[in-house]
This record gives sequence, C-alpha cells and structure tokens, in this order.
Amino acid sequence: MGDSADESVTHHGTQNAASPPSHREGLFSGYLNDAFFCELTNSGGPPDPRILQLRERLGALELGDLRNRAANAERELYNLGITFTVYSERNSIDRILPFDLVPRVLTNPEWRHVEAGVRQRVTALNMFLWDIYHDQAILKDGVVPRELVVGNANYCPQMIGLDVPGKTYVHVSGTDLVRDDDGTFLVLEDNARTPSGVSYVIENRHTMLRVMPDVAAGIDLLPVDDYGVQLQRALAEVAPEGVDDPQVVLLSPGIYNSAYFEHVFLAREMGVPLVEGQDLTIENDKVYMRTTAGLRPVHSIYRRLNDEFLDPDAFNPSSMLGVPGLVSAYRKGNVTIANALGTGVADDKAVYAYLPRIIRYYLSEEPILKNVETHICAEPEGLAYTLANLENLVAKPVGESGGYGLIIGPHATREELAEFRTKLRADPANYISQPVVRLSVSPTLCETGLEPRHVDLRPFAVTGRSTWVLPGGLSRVALKRGSLVVNSSQGGGSKDTWVLAS
Amino acid sequence: MSMSLDPVATVSPHPLLSRYAECSMWLARYMERIENLARIIDVTEIFVRSGASDGWRAIVQINADEERFYASHSKATADRVIAFYVIDAGNPTSITSLALAARENARALRPLISTEMWSQLNIFTQFLRGLRAEDIRPSEISQLCARIKQECQTHTGITEGTFYRDQASLFYNAGRQLERADQITRLIDIKYHTLLPVAAGVGSEVDISQWTSVLRSAAGYHAYRRVMAGDLRPSSVVGFLLKSEAFPRSLVCSLRHLHNNVSRLRSDYRLRDAGGIVERIEFLRAGLDDQTVGQIITRGLHEFLDWVQRQLQDVQTDVAQAFWPPPRPVSAPAIEISGQTQSQS
Repeated sequence: MGDSADESVTHHGTQNAASPPSHREGLFSGYLNDAFFCELTNSGGPPDPRILQLRERLGALELGDLRNRAANAERELYNLGITFTVYSERNSIDRILPFDLVPRVLTNPEWRHVEAGVRQRVTALNMFLWDIYHDQAILKDGVVPRELVVGNANYCPQMIGLDVPGKTYVHVSGTDLVRDDDGTFLVLEDNARTPSGVSYVIENRHTMLRVMPDVAAGIDLLPVDDYGVQLQRALAEVAPEGVDDPQVVLLSPGIYNSAYFEHVFLAREMGVPLVEGQDLTIENDKVYMRTTAGLRPVHSIYRRLNDEFLDPDAFNPSSMLGVPGLVSAYRKGNVTIANALGTGVADDKAVYAYLPRIIRYYLSEEPILKNVETHICAEPEGLAYTLANLENLVAKPVGESGGYGLIIGPHATREELAEFRTKLRADPANYISQPVVRLSVSPTLCETGLEPRHVDLRPFAVTGRSTWVLPGGLSRVALKRGSLVVNSSQGGGSKDTWVLAS
Repeated sequence: MSMSLDPVATVSPHPLLSRYAECSMWLARYMERIENLARIIDVTEIFVRSGASDGWRAIVQINADEERFYASHSKATADRVIAFYVIDAGNPTSITSLALAARENARALRPLISTEMWSQLNIFTQFLRGLRAEDIRPSEISQLCARIKQECQTHTGITEGTFYRDQASLFYNAGRQLERADQITRLIDIKYHTLLPVAAGVGSEVDISQWTSVLRSAAGYHAYRRVMAGDLRPSSVVGFLLKSEAFPRSLVCSLRHLHNNVSRLRSDYRLRDAGGIVERIEFLRAGLDDQTVGQIITRGLHEFLDWVQRQLQDVQTDVAQAFWPPPRPVSAPAIEISGQTQSQS
C-alpha cells in the first residue's frame, strides 16, 4: 500500500488551486477528481468549516489505519448480522452491504431544501393517489393521460373508492436523488411501494461512530435514531377509526427474504411484532395474530411484501406468503395497510415524467426538487428523440427496479445500442430515456487509496397524518470506477450521510 | 404529591406470537442438544480408549439412528460415527444440522433476542456449519468438543444475562430443561448400552472408570466426589444423575425447573392451557420421586429411561398443541424449520 507521504510528493503539482494546500495533504494528496461535483472537496463556493475539519482529520489518517478500520467495520457488520442473504442452489451466504468510511456530508441549508422537496413530493403523490382512486379529476382535466394510469399494471381496482385513513397511501417513501455538475439535486425516481435501505442509514451511523470516533468528534449532526418511533407513530395515527390502542405489526416474507435484517431492525425499533403471513388470520373480515393466548386483533400492518403476495384470495393464488382474506378486511376498513395497495402506479417511471405537472396541479406550487429531463417513449416525439440520441441517453424499462434492463448510451457498444433500439421499437411504451447526469462524486476508499466515486441519495419520508423526513438518507456509492449504477445488486455500497445540525 | 406509578411495572404483559414461543423453545432445545452431543462424543471417545470397543455403535443405538446410519455405512467405526454426528449435513441429528436448525430459529427470533445473543449465535453456528473432515480427526475431536461445549455455555450465559424475562424466556427455559432432562437419560443409557470388555465385570476398574467418565462428561465428577467420596457403585452414580437436587444436570433438577417454567405460564401469563401440561410434568416427577434408585435399577433402568423419554415427548406435543396449534384450514404447507415439524431427536 502506498505511503501517503510519497504520494503527496508525486501529486503535488496537481493540487487544486481552489483548495488551501493543507487540505490536500495526507490521504487526499492522490485524490484526483475529474472535475465532477464532489461532495467533500469541490462543492463550489467556500466549504463549511466543519467540512474542512473533516477533510483535515481524514487526510491525517494513514491509509493502513483506514483500511484496518474498514476491515473492522466489515467484520462487525457481518458478525452482527447486518447482512442480506444470497441464496444459491445449495447454500445461503450472508453478505454485507459494503460500507465506505468516508461520510457524505450535507450542510443544513442543503438538507432543508431536500427535506422540503421530499415533503412536497410525498404530499403530491398522496393527493394523486386519492384522486385516481376516487374522482380522477387529474385524468378528466387531461393533465395525466388516462391510459397511463388506469391501464397501468400497478393500478389496483380494489382500491377504487376506498377511503384510506388520513388520505395517506404512501406512508413510507424513498426518493432517489442525484446531484448534477453544479450540485443541483434532481429526482431520479420515487419509491412509493416498499422502499428498503433505511436500516443501513441508522446502522451506518452506529458503525461510523464506533470505528471513526476521532473523525466525527465534536461535529454536531442531526440524529437518525428517531426513525422507528416516527414510523410507529405514523402507523398508529392512521389505524382504523375508533381504535384506541392500535396493535401495529410488521409483515415480513420471513427469514429467507434477502431484506429480513431490515425487517427485524424496523420491528425492533418500532417495538412491534414481526409477523409472517402464517401468523395472521382473518375472521369476519377482521385481522388477528396467533399468540400463545389465542387470537389477538391487529389494526395496522406495515408490510414488506409486494401487493401481489399479500392475499392469495385477491391476487396471486399460489402465494404462500400472504394472508387469505386480508384485502377484504382492508376494504371493510378494519385494518390499515402501509403502504396502501396500488401505490406502484405513482412511482411508475412513466408517471414520474408527469410529477412536476402533478405537483403544480394539486399544490399550485413549483416543484422544489426538479426531475431529470425525461423522454416518454410511449409518446411519438419521445420515442423519436430517444432513438436518434440513444448513444447520449440513459434508457430504462418503466417496470423494472434495481438497475436492471437499462442502457447507459455513452458506455454502450454499437451492438448493444442496436440491440436496444430493436427492443425500443418493439415495445416503446415500456421505456423512458433521460440524459446522462454527471452524478456527483464522494471520496471513497478504493484499491489505491481515496478515489472519487459516484453517489446518490435516498431520503426516507414517513407519513401518517403529516410527513416527517429522516435527516439525511441512504447514500449509495458505485464502487466501480466510472460506474453510475449504485444498486447493491450491481456492486454498490453505502456511506454514512451526515446532516450538519446548524 | 401522590405517589407515581412505575410505568414499567404497570404495563400489561404483551401477547407473544405462537411462532416466537415455538422458536424460543426450539432454539433452547437445539443449543442444549448440540452441547450434549459434544459431551456424548467426548465421553465415548474416552470409553473406546479405555477398551469399550462397542462405544461408537452404542451412540447410534441410543439415538435410535441405526436405520439411517447403516443405510450409508457398513460399520460403526470411530471416524464414520463421528463424521455422521458432527459434519454430515444429510443427517438431521448431526451437529451441523442442529446448528442450522438453531440458527434458523434464532433468525426468526431476532426481533426478540438481544443483539449479543444473536451475534454469538451467528458466529458460532456459522463456525459449526463450516466444519470439515480435517476438523474431526482423532487428534482434534476432543478439543473440538471442548470448544463446542464452551460456546454453548457462552450462549447460555449471554441468554441468562440479556434475554428479557417475559413469556418467551419461559418457553426458552422450558425447552432447555426438557432437552436437558432428555439428554441426561440418554447419557446414562449410553453407559448401559456400552458393553464392558469381556474380562471386566461390573465394579471392575474399567467399569468404574467408565462411570467416572459419564460423571465427567456431565460436569458432575468433582461434585460427586465431594458428596459421595469413594462410593463409585453404579447405583450411586445413577442415583446422583437422576435424583440429586443440587446437581444442575440431574433429571430431578431439570424436571423441577421445567415444572416451574410451565407453571409460571399459567400463573403469570394466565395461559390456562398450561394446566394440563403442568399435571403431566407432575406425573412424571412422581414417577421419579416415588421409586428409589435401587427399585429403578431392579425394575429395569433402560425401561425407566425409555419411559421418561416418552413422557417428555408427550410434554412437547402437549405444549405444541396448546400454544402453537396448526392453523385451522390445514392446507398450509409445513415450513421445514419453524412449523410443527421440529423433531425430538
């Protein structure tokens, strides 16, 4: 491993004139940011003194020391079972989400902006969902094409006319944000079904404070420990009318689900039972859980199961994970399900393109957070533009998540582009395209030392009768050089996200 | 000011999911079983070294595993039996398989158990599942057994110190005591089944050294010496293992704790269905208390041990029926690990 003193000699000439020399020493001496917006070293304007302090502290660490700490952190995550399970044919392997020790820092004003934008977006999504499952004013007014909504695979007929408590459909949302070249936050997509990753936000903070106490010392951060309490409160708030002391549960697919750790984490933080489908039963359209003292009523369910697995009577009849009769109980108003059914129509990648118009329609406000410019291939002009400019665009199928099935034009070969054009022409409605955003980077511990790697940000919002946003969110980092895909399934890791307290 | 109520003291007991109760009981049973299997392998190794050439066959016998064992092995040699009981993933009674079962119950209980409990179980069960042939060579096996015993006891200690004392801990403790009671009868039985070398009879040096080994493997040797001094008659050793009120692995102790835990389910948590189970345990305790060791041996030690094992099985069945009855529409498929199918042996 390179000695940091040597590297500072080697790269002395490349140091960025905008930064005072003292911050370019030590670990940062070899840090070459190819002119992307960097969350730590190149955020335009004069950096916050606490960010400078952080840079100095990090820079003063020996590379070997940092690697030891990283190894300790990984071992600890593994031993504590902060893992997701990958199943092969014969075996199950526990994996950790790689954790990078260099925090991603948001200043307080940056965070206030994101928070307000997320809140606005969630409010609009909930109003949109209420509307499309009731009067459909936005469709009648032609703001969003009717077919895009009612013809959507995620539009749930069982939800039509159902009055959900608090008019809240999206109780938990994750908004995927990126920053472009000048640091502007842009929304990449909404996650309004069962967004995951929040446990890592909190566990990353714990790990960070354990292995980097000297680096974090004295820097006042907004806490992240409230999440479970806020979620429990929200779910109790929207329990069915007339229930004084609602029983909240978390419904998980069970120990074989790859996100089981997160389900455990949330159940513990909320102080509620983690149940599986087999633990619940329906009698007279009421939900009960099986306990040692017999059946006990359940009023609010935070489910981490997709719609189609919730109730074999209503959806996929072969699903063994759900609870037969649950949807009927839900439709009778005897139980609250969070998130509501049929929210997938709101985080659809095609509906996403209309979100700015949806916000203006319901709230008469300009969107606080902008969308990435989006071309809808279902529309002839969008398709034509996409076909003509594919080599400069990111094109993705609207129904997929996890970074699957997308093409990044500038990184694709001629053959791959040709192949994708064929797919596009065959099923244009399945695709949208966007310009390649030059995602911001953050210094990340790599083979040769600290290197710039692209990051995104997923803030989590919890909505009962009002919306609360967890300070910060999950910063995911694409660990491969040059990669823009941050998904954990595709070689992504995560960082602790700091929000400065003032 | 009037007195203020302690909010913790006045909170009403939370209901416990049936599945959690079941997993608590079985986590305890599997961990206790792993520990005891390590003890039995260790003591058999000593028996065989002292000349009881049939020792390895006896283990297969007392676990009633003959059919499965001889399906894939022609002879009960040391390395084959040890492999069968330690690393054979195809054998549901091997330590590897028990570790997986313990692990999955523990995973299901993660919302309930302490982080410390999970972390130790996570590391330990992964270690057990990773055991390979080179870890169970004759030169390694005794050390391995010692490590397994120690890790199981670490689990027990962490549990004692961190597991919240509500219903789940009663089910957990009931499971441990039930398993411990079952295992002590098996440990005595293994000596019964192990044939002495032809030259050595009852009371011979070999016989006595084997009884000593049984005591050692149950961690009772020094206590026994202190209390019984030079008396190493088989009936005295059996009496100690079955009836000593002070020895934590004796049958009478395990049954007393089992009785206590199940009674508290009834009294502290108003689980009325516990009543019938308490009675069954009382019947079992009477069966032990009402006979002297001499009578038990005269009437047939093996038959008595067998009877105890069957009674314990019935207790388990009754507990399952009372607290995690199968869902009424019986169409749901049994989940391999957390369903009704967790087995006695």
